[in-house]
Amino acid sequence: MELLLEVEGLAKSFGGVAALREGRLQLRAGTVHALCGGNGAGKSTFLKILMGIFNRDAGSIRRRGKDVEFASPADALASGIAIIEQELSPVPHMTVAENIYLGREPKARFGGIDFRAMNRSAQRLLDDLEFDIRATQYMMNLSVAQMQLVEIAKALSHDAEVIFMDEPTSAIGEREAQHLFAAIRRLQAQGRGIVYVSHRLSEIFQIADSYTVFRDGAYVGSGALADIDRPELIRMIVGRELSEEFAKTSTPTQEPGIEIAGLSCPNKIEDISFSVRKGEIFGIYGLMGAGRTEIFNCLFGLDKPSTGSIKVDGIEVTISKPADAMAHGLALVTEDRKLTGLNLSDSVRANICMASLPEMSPSFAMDRAREAQASRDMREQFQIKAARDTMPVSGLSGGNQQKVVLGKWFLRNPKVLLLDEPTRGVDVGAKREIYRIISDFAAAGGTVVMISSEIDEVLGMADRIMVMRAGRSAGIYSREETNAQSLVHLST
Amino acid sequence: MSVSDNRNASGWLGSEQRRLLIQEYGIFLAFLILAAVLSVSNEFFLTAGNISNVLLQTSINGVLAIGMTFVILTRGIDLSVGSVVALAGIVSASFVTSSATAGISGAPYPVALGLGIGLLVGIACGAVSGVIVSRFSVPAFVATLGMLSAARGLTLIYGGGRPVPALTPAFRWIGTGNVLGIPAPVVVLAVVFAVSWWILNRTRFGRYIYAVGGNPHAARTSGINVTRIQFVVYVISGGLAGLAGMLLSARTGSALPQAGIAYELDAIAAVVIGGTSLSGGIGRVTGTLIGALIIGVMNNGLDLMGIQSYYQQVLKGALIVGAVMLDQKRNYGA
Repeated sequence: MELLLEVEGLAKSFGGVAALREGRLQLRAGTVHALCGGNGAGKSTFLKILMGIFNRDAGSIRRRGKDVEFASPADALASGIAIIEQELSPVPHMTVAENIYLGREPKARFGGIDFRAMNRSAQRLLDDLEFDIRATQYMMNLSVAQMQLVEIAKALSHDAEVIFMDEPTSAIGEREAQHLFAAIRRLQAQGRGIVYVSHRLSEIFQIADSYTVFRDGAYVGSGALADIDRPELIRMIVGRELSEEFAKTSTPTQEPGIEIAGLSCPNKIEDISFSVRKGEIFGIYGLMGAGRTEIFNCLFGLDKPSTGSIKVDGIEVTISKPADAMAHGLALVTEDRKLTGLNLSDSVRANICMASLPEMSPSFAMDRAREAQASRDMREQFQIKAARDTMPVSGLSGGNQQKVVLGKWFLRNPKVLLLDEPTRGVDVGAKREIYRIISDFAAAGGTVVMISSEIDEVLGMADRIMVMRAGRSAGIYSREETNAQSLVHLST
Repeated sequence: MSVSDNRNASGWLGSEQRRLLIQEYGIFLAFLILAAVLSVSNEFFLTAGNISNVLLQTSINGVLAIGMTFVILTRGIDLSVGSVVALAGIVSASFVTSSATAGISGAPYPVALGLGIGLLVGIACGAVSGVIVSRFSVPAFVATLGMLSAARGLTLIYGGGRPVPALTPAFRWIGTGNVLGIPAPVVVLAVVFAVSWWILNRTRFGRYIYAVGGNPHAARTSGINVTRIQFVVYVISGGLAGLAGMLLSARTGSALPQAGIAYELDAIAAVVIGGTSLSGGIGRVTGTLIGALIIGVMNNGLDLMGIQSYYQQVLKGALIVGAVMLDQKRNYGA
């Protein structure tokens, strides 16, 4: 059978450092192919070459057996390769149809745009894919998942035969992900080839037929997913045997850590009550928009709850700003490290010290030796891989950036750790290290509240799990009495 | 993503080291090259008299630009500094004039009082802008555009549209005096620079400024009082504008109501040439000082070559845009 896409020996280096040594991929028509690999495995570079953003140093790309050269993203599209990037960049104040046909609008008389024809063909495209989206809706009114569907429609409007999807579910909920999978299956049925890039192994096993694994910039192996199981795939990705994915070692004590009663914030959350003991990991599971993050915002003084009480170590506390929460020993690792966790333009060291500056400078002037020491300690404790701690944190991989955020908070010796999606967008190896850090913290008597939309993660890590649905609690369950099916069921 | 595929560059140094090297020393190199060219092409350029003259002419813009750096580092902008120069200049002058008609009753008062009043006027203007930006979330461009107009109006109201002449010699010393042969305004600039450098690089407050400018959300989540930092930088900019206003009036001997018009543009230019990013969080006060010196040296050099001031403006425009173009290129690859 003719291959839709065949890539061999693709290589690219930057300033003498090889980012990709040997990229290889074979894609058949009508299949979903998972591209797996940790952060830094070379997937991004591989995708950027296929998108026409980077020039390759070596290697060949064949589309249906013919060699192709891409000088720009337009060339890649013209040859039928479309890539849906992880971070979508739609034009929010334009309609869906305008976004789909951006730059190639059908022309009307006097050089204007034939809006009617454009809307009609966009709508036909969306209907064919059975997407419940109107072509005349404004992009800004769509959910992230819907925007992704629009991206798919856009790819098809270019008549793309090969569609790459880079972490398409990283910002959408479980139900929306199922919707996306349904769309992928329809594309598959049309005989197109989809390359699915994701860190979430359960998704890969659910949607893909075959896989290719990259590690350290090179091809490691490929095959049919039917012939491999999860531990085996993880072993290929990380290159060593992992004894257990979740390193849970802690057990709850009897002492109360944090107790929340009747917490409400109008239109966001209603009547949330739970208490977490020291040494316990308390999971909060729910879909995007179910009010999970809003609980943390209220607890940490980023939002004002209308009612409710918070007790830390059994003592009622008032929290009206983040500094109050921090004074009571709370730490918040936010959901989006780039948006709310890090100052990307600043150094690793400055980021690690950002939440401890008053302690670092008792007399207004910074104690620079202490700063450097703190940074060294945290980098050592969390094995943060950075060439120097004065380099901008934006140059680190996702997993290392997340460890910088953790380091920033651990430097304060918190009593209660609030974690919002602590492993989003980090690779399997870094995930394990983060799980270990969380477990060690709990084992040492810390209190952990962890939000996650990855079912495996909450089931693997949490002692008890609260399920959120539409701003309310749908119940609290111990990990023994629940399973993946019932969590999904309760959250929807 | 790994370190290496992050930036699209190649060469004998790692892209990261090269970027840092250019960022740290590129502007200084540009300055040295400019100075070298001028000293070769004009024998008068490198004389002590001329160097002192360049520094003197740079001092007022330098003080304003340093204040502007604080504001721009937090993603803000202060368009009002030129008007604040005039207002602080004229109000302080009315306390230290020996003219019977232009001053307030009882003038001239001691120099210290005049200086204190001038600083207070600047600080007050900055505080108003700061409250409007930080508390009411009005974009800095709009808030300080309002202050630009209001402070100019207040200047005209206060002085009835007339200059305040005949400032006392004691007050004039800060504009015309010497310390060990160095003009007093240059000494003022040096002190302002040293203190600002220390604040931005060595204190908690400086770290807060970079954090707020780099990512206000992350700063807030880290327990930093973002509102207060945003407020204080405008107070600093206003206070330094007040100081600059007094340097100006002390140098010329009278405070003019039309003083300082368009000074904000030269100050912003110095900051931008110095490599500070208008989107906040990135920049060095050392760069700003060199940026101000480049503008001063260029004006001086073109004067020496006998080139009309009209052409100087065109060249300055090209310099500002060129500096930012280079900045974009080194930040985002090409």
